[in-house]
Amino acid sequence: MDITYTILIPLIPLAVFLLLGIFNQKIKPAVSGIIGVAGLSTSALLSYYTAYQYFFVYGKVGGVYQAIVQKTTWMNFSDTLKIDMGVLIDPISVMMLIVVSTVSLMVHIYSRGYMKGDDGYTRFFAFLSLFSFSMFGLVLATNLFQIYIFWELVGVSSFLLIGYYYTKPSAVSAAKKAFIVTRFADLGFLIGILIIGYYTGTFDFETLNSVNHETGELALNWASTSFMGLSVIAWALILMFMGGAGKSAMFPLHIWLPDAMEGPTPVSALIHAATMVVAGVYLVARLFPMFYFVEDGYALNVVAYVGAFSSLLAAIIAITQTDIKRVLAFSTMSQIGYMMLALGVSKYEGHEGLGYMASMFHLFTHAMFKALLFLGAGSVIHAVHSNYLKDMGGLRKYMPITNITFLIAALAIAGFPLTSGFFSKDEILVAAFEHNKLIYFSGVLVAGLTAFYMFRLYFGIFWGKDTQYKHAPHESPISMTFPLMVLAFISLVGGFIPFSNYISADRAGFEAHLNYPLAAVAVSVGLIGIALAWVFYKKENDLASKFSNAFGVFYKWTYNKFYIDEVYLFVTKKIIFNLIAAPIAWFDKKYVDGTMEGIGNKTVVISNKIKGMQSGKVQDYAFGFVAGVVVLAMVFIYLWTN
Amino acid sequence: MIAGISIYEILTVTSILFFIGVYGFITRKNLISILMSVELILNASIINFVVINKYLYPDMLQGVFFSIFIIAVAAAETALAISIIINLYRQIASVEVKDTEIMKY
Repeated sequence: MDITYTILIPLIPLAVFLLLGIFNQKIKPAVSGIIGVAGLSTSALLSYYTAYQYFFVYGKVGGVYQAIVQKTTWMNFSDTLKIDMGVLIDPISVMMLIVVSTVSLMVHIYSRGYMKGDDGYTRFFAFLSLFSFSMFGLVLATNLFQIYIFWELVGVSSFLLIGYYYTKPSAVSAAKKAFIVTRFADLGFLIGILIIGYYTGTFDFETLNSVNHETGELALNWASTSFMGLSVIAWALILMFMGGAGKSAMFPLHIWLPDAMEGPTPVSALIHAATMVVAGVYLVARLFPMFYFVEDGYALNVVAYVGAFSSLLAAIIAITQTDIKRVLAFSTMSQIGYMMLALGVSKYEGHEGLGYMASMFHLFTHAMFKALLFLGAGSVIHAVHSNYLKDMGGLRKYMPITNITFLIAALAIAGFPLTSGFFSKDEILVAAFEHNKLIYFSGVLVAGLTAFYMFRLYFGIFWGKDTQYKHAPHESPISMTFPLMVLAFISLVGGFIPFSNYISADRAGFEAHLNYPLAAVAVSVGLIGIALAWVFYKKENDLASKFSNAFGVFYKWTYNKFYIDEVYLFVTKKIIFNLIAAPIAWFDKKYVDGTMEGIGNKTVVISNKIKGMQSGKVQDYAFGFVAGVVVLAMVFIYLWTN
Repeated sequence: MIAGISIYEILTVTSILFFIGVYGFITRKNLISILMSVELILNASIINFVVINKYLYPDMLQGVFFSIFIIAVAAAETALAISIIINLYRQIASVEVKDTEIMKY
C-alpha cells in the first residue's frame, strides 16, 4: 500500500497558510475564506478516502489492523538512535484525521459567517490553516520527536489564535498564560522524550509499542535503572503525561483553558474543545502499550486518577460559571478527564481493552458535540453580543435552528439514550466499573453534574426569563447554521458506529455491547440532572439563588474556581518571584553585572588618564624614542662592561 | 686621510653634531627649525659615512655613493617639507608646532 499521498493532508493547509500569510493584505476577505475552505475540503476528502481505504480495504491483515509507516530519516545520531519524518497510519491516527478534518472544515465554513467584516479576516484563516497543518502533523507523527515538533507548533497556533484580538489586554494575557502553562508542561514532555531516547535508544512509536505476544510483555529491552523506587521509563511516561496534561488541561495545569476563551468562538470550538486539547489523550493512547506494560501500569494509574479528579473538579466549577463559553470550557476539561480515566482503567487484550476504545470513541463523539456546542454558543453570542447568561433568555423564539442543534448537543453530552454521547459515555462507565469502582462512582457523579450544568446553560439561554433586547436577535446566516446542522446530525447518529470493531488497544477489534444496568444508572443520573435544571432554570425563579445562598462558602469557592488561579499567582508572584527570583536578580545586577560594568568603567577611566601620552606630536615620540635608546644603550654598556 | 687628525676626533665632531640635531628636533617649536635640525642629523651621518669609508676602507667607494644618495633624498625631502610648511602657513598663518595640532582632529 502506497500511502505517500497522505502527506498531502497536512501539506495542503500549510500551503494555504503560506499563501494567505504572505499575501495577507493583497487578498480580498471573500477570496481568502474560499481558499481556506477549499484547502481544508481537499484535506478532509483525502482523510475520508484514507479512512475508507484503511478500514475497509487494506488495513486489516490476519484480523489485526496493521500500522502502516512511511518515513525518511531526518537526523541520524547513532546507529540505532535517529529521528525520522513520515506518516503513520493506524486506527487511532485515521480516526483523529477524520475528527480533525471534519471539525476543522465545519469551523472554516462557520468562520466565513462569524468573522465577516473583521479586520483580520485573512489572518484568521491563515492561522486556522496553520493550526490544521500542525494538528494533522501531530496525528500522523511516526515518532516522539516528530510529535513533539508538531505539538509545539499546535501550541504556537493556539497562542496566535487566542491572542487574535491583540488589542484587547485580556486576550493578550490569556494567550501568554496558555503558552507559558503549556510550555511549562512541555518541559516535562521533552525530558520524558530524552529519557526514553537515552534508555531505549529509539524514538519510534512502532518499536516502542511492539508487544511480544508470547510473553505478553513489551518486546523492547532497556537498561532497568530506577529512580526513587520507580523505573526511569515509568518516570519518563509520567513526565510525558505531564506534557499531555498541560495540553489537555488536566488538573493542576488546567488554568489556561478557561482564559483561552478570549479567542474568537470558532477557535474555541476547533482548538480548545474538539482537537488540540485532546492531543494529550491521543498521546497517551499512542503510547498505550508502554503505559500499560511498564511497571504494571503505574503511569497509567496516574493518568486514571488525574483524569477522574479533573473531570469531577471541572464539572463542579462549571455549575457556577456565568460566562457561557467558560461553562463550555470547564465542560471540555471534564469530558477530557473522562477520556483520560477511561484510558487509565483500560487493559490491553480484547474486550479488556474496552476503556481504550471507549476513550477514543468518546474523543470522537465529544469532538462533534462539543464543537457543536461552541459553534451554537458562538451563534448566540453573535446574536446578543454578550458572553454572559444574564444577557440571554428566551432566545428559542428568535433562533430556532441554533436552539434545536444546541439541544441535540446538550442531550448528547448529557448521555441521553441513543445520542452519540450515550454510547461512548456508557462504555467509559462500563470500563471504569469493571476495573476501578472509585473512579466509576466519580464518573457517575460527573455524568449527573454534566447533565445539570449543560441544561442550566440550555434553559438559561433559550428559555428562562424573557430578556428585552435592544436589537431583536435573529438567526445566524446559512454559513453558520449549516455546520451546526451537520455536526448535530453526527452527534445524533455517531453513536451507532461500531467503533470497537475498528479501534481497540490490541488493534484486533472486538464486539462491544451495551451494558443495560449500568446504562440505566447513567441515564437516570443524567435525567435527574436534567430534571433539576428544568426545575431551577426553565422558568424564571429564585430557587437557584436560594440554593447558592444556602451553600454559601462552597458556592463562593466554586464560583472562584477553587482559587486555583490565585494559588498559582501566590506561588509564582509571592514565593518564586520574591524569594527566589528577586534575590537572584539582585545578585545578578550587583555582582555579575557589576563586575562586567566595573571592568568597562575602569577601562574608560584608565584610558582617559593615559590618552595624553598619544598626543600625535612627533617631537614627543622622538623624545620617547631617544630616551629609550639612551636607556638601552646604558643597559648594554653596563652589561658588556661587566 | 687627513694628516694629524685621527678618526676619533672626526667621529667626536659628528657625534656632537648629531646630538645637537636630536636636541633641536625635540625642543624646537618652529617647523623650519625642526627641519634644520633634521638636516643636521642627516649631515652628521653623511660625514660618518665618508670618514669611515676614507679611514677604514680607503680602496672602496660605497660610503661615498651612499652619502650622495642621502644628499639627494634629503634634498627631495626638504623640498617636500618646505612645500608642506608653506601650504600650512597659507592656511593658518603660522609655522608653530602647537598651531598645527588642529590637524589631529
